[in-house]
Amino acid sequence: MEYEPKQGVQRRGFLKGAAVGGLTAAVAPLTTVAQQNDAGSNTTAVREGPRNVGATPPNVETTDRPEGVVLASGGSDYMVDVIRALGIEYFAATPGNTFMGLHESVVNYGMTTAPNLRFITTMHEEASVAMAHGYAKIEGKPMACAFHATVGTQHAAMAIYNAYCDRVPIFMMTGAGIEADKRKSTVEWSHTVVDGPGMVRDFTKWDDTPGNLTGFGESAARAWRFAMTPPYGPVLLAVDVPMQEDEIPGGEAGRPPVPKLPSIHPPSADANTVREIARLLVNAEHPVISVDRCARTPAGLQMTVELAELLAAPVSDSGNRMGFPWRHPLNQGRRFGELRRQADVLLALEPGNPFGLVTSGNPDGTLRRALGDKATSITISSADLYPKGNYQNLQRYADMVDMAIQADAQATLPFLIEEVKRLLPASRSKYEARARAFADNHKQDFEASLDAARYGWDATPISMPRLAMEMYEVMKTEDWSLLSHHYWQSSWSQRLWDADKHHQFIGGSGADGVGYTSPASLGAALANQKYGRLSVAVVGDGDLMFGPGTLWTAAHEQIPILYIVHNNRAYHQEIMQMQAISNRRQRGVDRAAIGCVITDPDINYAMLARSMGVYSEGPIENPRDLGPALRRAVAQVRKGEPALIDVVSQGR
Amino acid sequence: MPFIKALVAACLGVSSVIALAQEAPDGDARRGQKLFVADGCYQCHGYQGQGSNAGSKLAPNPLPYAAMAVLVRQPRARMPAYSSTILPDQDLADIHAYLATIPRAKAVDDIPLLRGARSTLP
Repeated sequence: MEYEPKQGVQRRGFLKGAAVGGLTAAVAPLTTVAQQNDAGSNTTAVREGPRNVGATPPNVETTDRPEGVVLASGGSDYMVDVIRALGIEYFAATPGNTFMGLHESVVNYGMTTAPNLRFITTMHEEASVAMAHGYAKIEGKPMACAFHATVGTQHAAMAIYNAYCDRVPIFMMTGAGIEADKRKSTVEWSHTVVDGPGMVRDFTKWDDTPGNLTGFGESAARAWRFAMTPPYGPVLLAVDVPMQEDEIPGGEAGRPPVPKLPSIHPPSADANTVREIARLLVNAEHPVISVDRCARTPAGLQMTVELAELLAAPVSDSGNRMGFPWRHPLNQGRRFGELRRQADVLLALEPGNPFGLVTSGNPDGTLRRALGDKATSITISSADLYPKGNYQNLQRYADMVDMAIQADAQATLPFLIEEVKRLLPASRSKYEARARAFADNHKQDFEASLDAARYGWDATPISMPRLAMEMYEVMKTEDWSLLSHHYWQSSWSQRLWDADKHHQFIGGSGADGVGYTSPASLGAALANQKYGRLSVAVVGDGDLMFGPGTLWTAAHEQIPILYIVHNNRAYHQEIMQMQAISNRRQRGVDRAAIGCVITDPDINYAMLARSMGVYSEGPIENPRDLGPALRRAVAQVRKGEPALIDVVSQGR
Repeated sequence: MPFIKALVAACLGVSSVIALAQEAPDGDARRGQKLFVADGCYQCHGYQGQGSNAGSKLAPNPLPYAAMAVLVRQPRARMPAYSSTILPDQDLADIHAYLATIPRAKAVDDIPLLRGARSTLP
């Protein structure tokens, strides 16, 4: 039976309560050892009842948690059972003593008993969270990560914000030192905060600081449920250090039950609304569908395709996920500007930027309506169900949205598809003609892309289309998964590759926080490993240098992934912006590179990778050397190891 | 040339016509290649002016000097404005001369990786 705190007794007093209430085998040596170590101390006296409340004079300060105690069990063993019950397979962390009890339980209990909970060693708390971020986008469920209280949380913050904006579920834990007189050394004070999750509360979906093990179990289940309810998001539990490290109150008999998980049923739009949307779409002459983080699972992708095909509606994909097959004839992303001007109905599924869908910027910085004047714009968005007020990742609210449906788009699609089927006329001629026209458009756009790709084909530094096509040549016969965003390479992969599987593209960081790509893609590769997929990520040189220790994690954990360093030797986005600002001020670009380029000395990324046990080649400057190097690297990845190719590349 | 002048003037307004009236100085392609890098043109347009999602294709077959001058001096989109203070006419002419030397690209059918990509179409 777990201790229930009484008024006026410290929360952690349950240990003494348990001792008094019949904790036998484990308590006896505890007292004995303490007495042996510190004969004559008041340790025994303290253990006999609730500790004094409030400040304790230094000369009598003591603890009932002496070192060297032998315990029969640990509270964090129960936590491991709970984490495994959540279906979590991996636990990524850079060690920190505020979650050392949990760490110990993972490695000595979680990793040695089934179902296995594997510890993944990272070299930065941001990497732990980012790995979980990438993992979830492939696996569709959270991975666990833990970080030190205060210092670790602050390191993790950027990655948490990325995950929040990218709507990704992550199960995060941090330590907490709830009771002041349990903190031992100086460092435990600087690693203690009254409200640890508060640092990141603005961009976590939910957090809690449970007061006992039963509370941990319940909060963990609740956290998982919230993380996995669209819009997905990261959740955080702050876990008291003694609660992790000390025995389960009452021993094994006092172990709280492991909570049962519910199935998740995201809200769909109501029947009348679905009927109205279907009516508008079926009757439209120029319907347009915009997809963002709509397809949460492969089934979501299939349904998006089915809806578009039924309506012969063109689709524009935001690029934040695999929202629509890249070579599908209805993929009309390159014509979205023209299509939205002509549209009579725009259906936006989980739009991350609804304002951007209906507006466009003028050269002078003002905005104009970009949607057709007579268009009805409809958004179906789970994000509308969970707004927050501080961080503005929801973008501006546009008064140009006519129907804002607060529902999960994927959950709504089955009903919308059925209603569209019911309303479609027997004659399909109108839709078939529209489909043929869009297929022609798609083919023309593809040919235009091919034509554009040939310019600079043999250039040094290596051009982006050359890089993309050399990559595709070694990937196309594999079950590949591109784990980095294509935008930074001018989207050549999206323009020229064939991709129609949910795992083949997972978008980018969500918040454009630099340092995401190498660890997040490694987490995604970890998820891909069990399926035997070829994981590939193009990592910017600047991005990689935010967390080069990820390479060590890749080698240490033997995670197969092909890293390609897009080495343009600059924070390239920023150097372009510096040029624009310098020129606007009539100062020229002579000094615009200062602070933006990564040269003098050039970084040898292949050498960096080799130093951490990763197979590598480069820097590759001649495009003719690229294909053979990629083939050798893929062979290495196929052996189950990471590999890195440093490609000296053009900016975009 | 008159057609291009008229087209660009129509797009950019009356003030631009003054710029169009300027004759192109003789350009030094070798110097222009260095300026293309030193002035940061390659950052968005690529080292061979092939273009990217940050900047349009400039070469081969660049716009006539006068048209390019208008677009450089009074850009309409994300292109930073390069006034004659920071990019003298002679420098611009040299850059233009460099762009004019960039050879034609190989045809898609002569590049196996691109030719083969057509098989990805349904």
